[in-house]
Amino acid sequence: MIKEVVSIDLPVHERLVVQKNRLQPAEVTGREQRASIVTGIHGDELDGQYICFELVRRIEEQPQRLKGIVDIYPGVNPLGLDMGSRGIPMFDLDMNRVFPGDNNGAVAEYIAAGIVDDIIGSDFCLDIHSSNIFIKEMPQVRLTEENKEKLLPYAEMLNADFVWIYSSKTVLDATLAYSLNNMGVPTLVVEMGVGSRINREYCCQLIDGIFNLLSQLGIWDAEPAPVRTPIISTEGKVCFLSAKETGIFVPAVSRMGKTARGTHIGDLIEPIRGQVIQRIESPADGIIFTLREHPVVYRGALLARVYGVSEAY
Amino acid sequence: MRKEILYSLKGLYREDFQIEGYRFGSGEKSACIVGALRGNEMQQLYICSQLIKSLKELEAHNAISHNHEILVVPSANRYSMNVGRRFWAIDNMDINRAFPGDEGGDTIRQIAAALFEQVKGYSYGIQFASFYMPGDFIPHVRMMETGYQSASLANLFGLQYVVIRKPKPMDTATLNYNWQMNGTNAFSIYTNSTDNIDEKSARQAVSSVLRFLTRMGIVKYNNHSGYIASVINEFDLLSVKTYDGGFYRRLKAPGDPVYHGEILAEVIEPCEGFVKTQIISQTDGIVFFAHTAPTVLGNEVVYKIIRRMHE
Repeated sequence: MIKEVVSIDLPVHERLVVQKNRLQPAEVTGREQRASIVTGIHGDELDGQYICFELVRRIEEQPQRLKGIVDIYPGVNPLGLDMGSRGIPMFDLDMNRVFPGDNNGAVAEYIAAGIVDDIIGSDFCLDIHSSNIFIKEMPQVRLTEENKEKLLPYAEMLNADFVWIYSSKTVLDATLAYSLNNMGVPTLVVEMGVGSRINREYCCQLIDGIFNLLSQLGIWDAEPAPVRTPIISTEGKVCFLSAKETGIFVPAVSRMGKTARGTHIGDLIEPIRGQVIQRIESPADGIIFTLREHPVVYRGALLARVYGVSEAY
Repeated sequence: MRKEILYSLKGLYREDFQIEGYRFGSGEKSACIVGALRGNEMQQLYICSQLIKSLKELEAHNAISHNHEILVVPSANRYSMNVGRRFWAIDNMDINRAFPGDEGGDTIRQIAAALFEQVKGYSYGIQFASFYMPGDFIPHVRMMETGYQSASLANLFGLQYVVIRKPKPMDTATLNYNWQMNGTNAFSIYTNSTDNIDEKSARQAVSSVLRFLTRMGIVKYNNHSGYIASVINEFDLLSVKTYDGGFYRRLKAPGDPVYHGEILAEVIEPCEGFVKTQIISQTDGIVFFAHTAPTVLGNEVVYKIIRRMHE
């Protein structure tokens, strides 16, 4: 059942409408568990679109298995998605910096508040992201140190390769996930792929994980599917490899994943002088879970993240 | 005056990105003034240019007090200013959402960290700020309610209003917030323009800063003593919203008195031209903020009114 979550009137005969699809059993008792799947906060992140499609398709294929409520929000920034714009187009504003929003505030805050109000009451929420157009990510679940105890069991169900537990100080207070966790809705963030693209393989991996989680929550009546055991970041060390100077990044690895200490990850070059400015090597045995996609970089730009299991540097 | 490069970042296809600082006087770090952090903040850069011009003349006449140093940073984002972008030109990130920055972080966090290192430690921090909603304000001084704010100090700018804002989560990565958390008395000055230059309010902003610096004993300058400000909490401003979208006909400007039941604006049907709705004032008061764009969205804040305030 498709419902309007929040809407505003645009100037010329059009409305901005945030919609959700509520999937629920034919007979509702009021005691059902409820999971919310949210994506499209950033209009240039598209993997979530395929994931939503596939979730709806599979659930509607076997509606008798549905024992709880699944609310699917495929486009919480509809104009951004339509225009391929990361932020909310009219305001050039990152929507994931205005939560929890304000019903009495500016338009972006009003929309954000409408979305949060609608999700409140869920037993679990998943916010699906696809990095941005600059950085490519392996499927990974992100959560904060302070929510580790509550969220890690959910994260392990999601069939991700990697669970990255952040230190709380790096988390932005105005994100949807931070706001919902603060309001008592256990919320995980998944990052995967790269902006403006859909990676079917990654999407399918996460869809299997979501169905596993829905089974574990009693929302989906099926044997929980076997899922990967993710690497948990706290078991080793996450190394950030950044550009030491401005240049063009040329990767030397064809894909992310397992790496060994000293592996050539890429070079930072200066075309006009024909020089290699920086050779980027893996600092440890482990996995490359983030890799630069857009080649033009300024000093400080992230080139890769390596989760190291051996002594780093 | 000493012109310095506070931060430099090598350009690949452009000249190097630099943040320039203009230092006046010497000794104790007394006041730091920051202009444009975003590429569209032309008015904020212009105000700084006029302030630097005035401070240069004051310094030539020995009117910077002994043992006081003033730093002015007119623009921390010239890469965006020069290509007509609002945020960091490469990845569209907002520097004023990256403070206090991170030396080991991505590019804008490195820029924010380097800038913050230069501007922190001053007794007073003044930023010429802009708002993300399209509209005009009555020129005012704004402070975050962090527990360290001092409205009585903000009063010394001599502008009509001091606004205290309770920080929202999205404010915690701004320069103003981090200045305050780091022990600097931080003020944001809002004039009634951003993308375009408004000479009158720019002059008012320059005068208010010179007035404040004079009253703090940092410069010797004789100017009008300004207003005794009314201190208002942002929360107490009445937000007036539209019901629907369309062309927008604004009937009141910032500073105008309004009365309960008075028509403040009209929303016009965009294709047929009739008045769809009238926005009626729910209170007596003074218009503090007024929307400026030719069109409006539904549920958009078009006015903020200081309730029960009279001229």
